[in-house]
Amino acid sequence: MTRVVSTRRELEPGQPRSRGVRVVLNAIAVVIFVASAFPVYWMVNSAFLPNSAIREQTPHFFPDQFTVDNFTRVITQPSGTIEFLPALLTSLAVTLGTVVLAAVFAFFAALALSRFRFRSKKTLIVGLLVAQMIPAEAMIVSIFRVLDGWQLLNSIVGLTLVYLAVVLPFTIWTLRGFVAGIPVELEEAAMVDGCSRFGAFFRVTLPLLWPGLIATGVFAFIQAWNEFLFALVIMQKPEVRTLPVWLRAFVQATQATDWAAIMAGSTLISIPVIVFFLLVQGRMVGGMAAGAVKG
Amino acid sequence: MSQSSTALTPPVRRRRRDLTPLYLLIPAGVVLLALTAWPLIQLVVTSFLEFGRAQIFGAPPEFVGLQNYVDVLTDLEFWQVLGRSVAFCLVNVLLTMVLGVSIGALMTKLGKGFKLLASVGLLLAWAMPPVTASVVWGWIFDTDRGVVNYLLTQITGVDFQGHSWLIDPLSFFFVATIIVTWQAIPFVAFTVFAGLTQVPAEVLEAAEIDGATGWQRFRMIVLPYLRGVLVILLILQIIWDMRVFSQIYALQTVGGIAAETNTIGVYIFKVSIGSGDLGAGGAISVLLVILMLALSAYYIRSLLKEEEA
Repeated sequence: MTRVVSTRRELEPGQPRSRGVRVVLNAIAVVIFVASAFPVYWMVNSAFLPNSAIREQTPHFFPDQFTVDNFTRVITQPSGTIEFLPALLTSLAVTLGTVVLAAVFAFFAALALSRFRFRSKKTLIVGLLVAQMIPAEAMIVSIFRVLDGWQLLNSIVGLTLVYLAVVLPFTIWTLRGFVAGIPVELEEAAMVDGCSRFGAFFRVTLPLLWPGLIATGVFAFIQAWNEFLFALVIMQKPEVRTLPVWLRAFVQATQATDWAAIMAGSTLISIPVIVFFLLVQGRMVGGMAAGAVKG
Repeated sequence: MSQSSTALTPPVRRRRRDLTPLYLLIPAGVVLLALTAWPLIQLVVTSFLEFGRAQIFGAPPEFVGLQNYVDVLTDLEFWQVLGRSVAFCLVNVLLTMVLGVSIGALMTKLGKGFKLLASVGLLLAWAMPPVTASVVWGWIFDTDRGVVNYLLTQITGVDFQGHSWLIDPLSFFFVATIIVTWQAIPFVAFTVFAGLTQVPAEVLEAAEIDGATGWQRFRMIVLPYLRGVLVILLILQIIWDMRVFSQIYALQTVGGIAAETNTIGVYIFKVSIGSGDLGAGGAISVLLVILMLALSAYYIRSLLKEEEA
């Protein structure tokens, strides 16, 4: 961090004028950073240390015996039932399916709910909000039964459909707001110029909707990538585990002894989410806050 | 809401119904009907059935009326789990709100550099997948080689090496509380910070000129502006902490005695999937849904109000 360069530095509005108070506040900010970031640092640090170093009495606070051995060990796990790569493929397939289908389905539904008037609209909107509040924990019993009835247990299709149902209420609700922000006159102008109604949706509204689609896409990605409970219930066969379920099985199988490898696996699972989060954080924080403050 | 195109045309009597919205709603509607509405109905039905292992393997389920509910509500373990969940929820919500609001307020007083520093840290905590976070914290609190035990030994001089944090339920929940609040604080802090930046500076300045103290300005001006945000944050936190699953379940895998650390979400999983008693699991689930919807009624109402405005 660069500290005060000129002595007469401009203060931000709201910053206290007293120097002593500022120093204390800055110190608290550093404490917040360390407390928040330490576990992430510790995960990465342990992942790059050999397991022999991990097992020493005194912890290594820096990866001074740097190695990528843990990562190769995790990825090329020889033992049959807790393989990383199949879990990675399952997670990728389910996440990709959820993100793409949620974007398409929510786009259509958002158009219906913001560009048309019909009688049951209000009921549908209430339904969307209520659906968001139903806890997944309470749904495992019946989701299990329903998927069992359709022969969709241990199936990527089954899990993708469940995740779609989980993310759709929020994505429809959010996209609806974005669609409402695009003036309907643009569509009408296109229709006057000879565009069909759907042509106007796809050629005029869709290109303007990218920010909304990215925001909801990231939401769907994080949900599907991180989700644990449904994956645990639905994907019980080892060969169709998703990454979070794999991690738990791996911890269990190693009896929590091979921490270096466990941390390497954790790092591999976390990196995509952290990268996505940092990329879109401004939009996400801003969007959520705007929604919350309006109330 | 912007005006819809159909609204611009003058109302015509006996206009043919426009079915376009119906077609547009079909894909999402089918998914939500099949995997939210239908399971919800099934859930209620299951909760009135004798539905155990035999039924999972094909025996016809038997209607038992309210028996599952009677069994659950007269089961001491259910009340223990519920009490544990409520206590855990209250402690976590309180900590998250107090620390989150404080950090959000602090961020308005920081210069650019330090604000960025704090934000990056908070984002990292927020971004971690919950299961991964729980495993990492399990490693930090590891009995033999955990960094916490090492540091405690160094600082206090007492030998903490070999101290298990997860075997005792109370200290298990201490660790769980750290994990849950660590991940929940960023959302509260950022939302409160964004809310605080909406408080008009002129009003605050005018109050200051009129001689209002810092506390008075906070109570009379800032708080009314923030009230809506705070209530919604509070409701969301209660809902999220009440049904906590991933963190507890993952932590039970790392160590700890499951029977003494189950919260309601984990308990439903254990009863229905673990022991295969879908009837009892269904009854607990229905009770949880009712509780959650009652808690979120205010939130839903305020969103709808905003919608009409």
